[in-house]
Amino acid sequence: MSVRSLKASALVLGAALGLAAGPAAAAWEPTKAVTFVIPAGTGGGADQMARFIQGVIQKNNLMNKPVVVLNKGGGAGAEGFLEMKASARDPHKIIITLSNLFTTPMGTGAPFNWKDMKPVSMLALDQFVLWTNAEKNYPDAKAYIDAVKAAPDRQFKMGGTGSKQEDQIITAAIERHTDGKKFTYIPYDGGGKVAVQLVGGHVDSSVNNPIEAVAQWRGKQLKPLCIFDSKRSTHTGKITEDMAWSDIPTCTEAGLPVEYQMLRGIFTTSGATDEQVAFYVDLFKKVMATEDWKAFMDKGAFNETTMSGAEFEAWLTEAEKKHRELMQEAGFLAQAQ
Amino acid sequence: MEEISALLGGFAVAITPYNMMLMVVGIVLGVIIGVLPGLGGANGVAILLPLTFSMEPTSAIIMLSSIYWGALFGGAITAILFNIPGEPWSVATTFDGHPMAMRGKADEALVGAFTSSFVGAIFAVILITFLAPMIAKFALRFGPAEFFAVQFLTFASFLGMGRGSPFKTLASMCLGFALASVGLDGVTGTLRLTFGHEELLNGFKFLVAVIGLFGIGEILSSMEEGLSFRGAHAKLKMDAVIRTWRQLPRMTFTFLRSCIVGCWMGITPGGATPASFMGYGLAKRFSKNGRNFGKGELEGVVAPETAAHAAGTSALLPMLTLGIPGSPTAAVLLGGLLIWGLQPGPLMFVEQKEFVWGLIASMYMGNLVGLVLVLTCVPFFAAILRVPFSIIAPVIVVICAIGAYTVNNAMFDVWMMLVFGVMGYLFTKLGYPLPPLVLALVLGDQAESSFRQAMLSSQGDVTVFWSNWLCGGIMTLGLVLAFWPLVQTVLEKWRGGAVATPA
Repeated sequence: MSVRSLKASALVLGAALGLAAGPAAAAWEPTKAVTFVIPAGTGGGADQMARFIQGVIQKNNLMNKPVVVLNKGGGAGAEGFLEMKASARDPHKIIITLSNLFTTPMGTGAPFNWKDMKPVSMLALDQFVLWTNAEKNYPDAKAYIDAVKAAPDRQFKMGGTGSKQEDQIITAAIERHTDGKKFTYIPYDGGGKVAVQLVGGHVDSSVNNPIEAVAQWRGKQLKPLCIFDSKRSTHTGKITEDMAWSDIPTCTEAGLPVEYQMLRGIFTTSGATDEQVAFYVDLFKKVMATEDWKAFMDKGAFNETTMSGAEFEAWLTEAEKKHRELMQEAGFLAQAQ
Repeated sequence: MEEISALLGGFAVAITPYNMMLMVVGIVLGVIIGVLPGLGGANGVAILLPLTFSMEPTSAIIMLSSIYWGALFGGAITAILFNIPGEPWSVATTFDGHPMAMRGKADEALVGAFTSSFVGAIFAVILITFLAPMIAKFALRFGPAEFFAVQFLTFASFLGMGRGSPFKTLASMCLGFALASVGLDGVTGTLRLTFGHEELLNGFKFLVAVIGLFGIGEILSSMEEGLSFRGAHAKLKMDAVIRTWRQLPRMTFTFLRSCIVGCWMGITPGGATPASFMGYGLAKRFSKNGRNFGKGELEGVVAPETAAHAAGTSALLPMLTLGIPGSPTAAVLLGGLLIWGLQPGPLMFVEQKEFVWGLIASMYMGNLVGLVLVLTCVPFFAAILRVPFSIIAPVIVVICAIGAYTVNNAMFDVWMMLVFGVMGYLFTKLGYPLPPLVLALVLGDQAESSFRQAMLSSQGDVTVFWSNWLCGGIMTLGLVLAFWPLVQTVLEKWRGGAVATPA
């Protein structure tokens, strides 16, 4: 497809979707390769999603310039976010976020905030599930929490990814409902490793993302107790012989009123014009319309909420507030703040 | 025997002209990636991953794993020729590989490195073929305490092997630990020793340090010694392969030891880099030629290369059976599996038979094809040393700078590389050994987190390291190895100065 017809089709699509405020909204196009920053190392959830998106864009010719993926995971992602902040005038940079968008500046005092970038779209929300070793055979989340309450303080070990990040925040939130009994939280450097440590019995539970533990669930090594969302998952395909993601009760249903999801969103640099943001919004609309994307969402049992523009900004403001509260309560805020 | 028929089925899948072509392309790309320092196997595979989305999963993994094999082979080339490790696991190859090149034996060192890589890989693949399910269960026994025990054993096998003062070794190792602790502390999630400088968020990256310490340091030393590579006068002989292979049977025990160390480290997963160090350390301790290590001993090339390749290959096993990557490259491949619609984990061997056995068959084929490819290129690689120093040195500096930049795409790392270069030169001049520093830099982080994770889960009780036979056994072995030189000295004195033969 020639560049010209691609531009034309982009215009048609943009107009058809009714996004464009006027024809000018789709007029900007990248004039050089777009750098896609990942504020995390290779192999993790954000990395997988970004590289998948890169593949989808290439395969379907969604952009006339290539996408270059760049891992900048130093300092719990601060490196990637600071790079975005420093290149405010370069609209050829986008970044994918995980919860470290909020937790890293709060926990380490690294000087950035989501307002130092321009929000593009929320692609999805990643779920968290409370997992235990299948051999322990806790019938439900309530039984597990009761066991924690009955045991001496800190006897139960919760494995998680990183420190003062999403997994530990959820753990702190669970501890509000355990009659003052704490978990011993053990930080590992990757979600896959946490799932395996749980299978090996080195920790008692984890709050792994679905995709990190699905293999062990299917292999009858791990058992999901509840999902930290307000509603059950929408993914109804059978994963094991008799269960689908949608069969896992919400934690609130199970008597543990904790909710948490992780943002998988896209930002560009703060100096980007409305036209430039509109281009990326449109680009990701096209990505999300592909069959490949739907299959990817299914596999990771994502919460498929998407939004952009003012709605997304409002969500971000709310999420930042919620993170600050959670981290304040758990004592995770950096001293400088 | 079930495995044999499954494997034959796998060969049928792997050996199609299309897949063979992908294999060759992958290996050539991998060798290039391996040669360039900084652009590691993990980055190389990650860059090419999106290209494979439209391929069949089996073809895709064959190409990507071939890149991995190629990178494992390629890392040794610059390590031997220019003292620049192309990959972290080739650092230990420089210890004897480069001195060999300077003595005009570059071709033998290269052949030795490639051959032992092949042996290590094949050993690991055979292990995967027949023992995969059993080994997968064993890896589950590894918690933080066991990980720390293995890391401790790596340090221990390296302690007290320097020729110089033990205090200089200790000083060098402590500096390595200090450098490794800069950046984010994974256990508490706070920044350490960054003094508010954003550049230090990432800590001192192992590869940047190594490129500087070894590569730039070597250039500085060569300049002082009259702008010439001492290996330049080597005559090119075409019989290098046969000449080297004749020497190898003497090293059967080194091969075997390194294979076992490598597979162990790959599966647990410790990784190829510690495996190569441990392989070298143990060979130096237990080989008859141990005293000559560091001066250009073929066995000193064989030991780390065998271990590194065995570890690199067996690292794919926990990835397939447990879904945990044994190395950074395996982590990227794991992402690929998920994208292609395959679910690694306990059911992989049951549900994706064709894919798994196709991959295992391609491990045999890929390594064989790789060996033939790189061996035929040995005279060409060795000939690079004949280019005058004044031409090659600037090229090396540029390659080093690009390598350091690529690690994190940061200009700051290039300056750090130069600082490390000067440091490497001074270390050599003052007789401080570099290997302990490098080892502490690469393993310090991991050992620290494992130790603290273990302490967290035991509520601060140190006896956790002797809480079961596995962990206690490794720790005790580590302690014995660490104090072996001391024991040896005492024994020698006790025998009234009679020369004690090392065990």
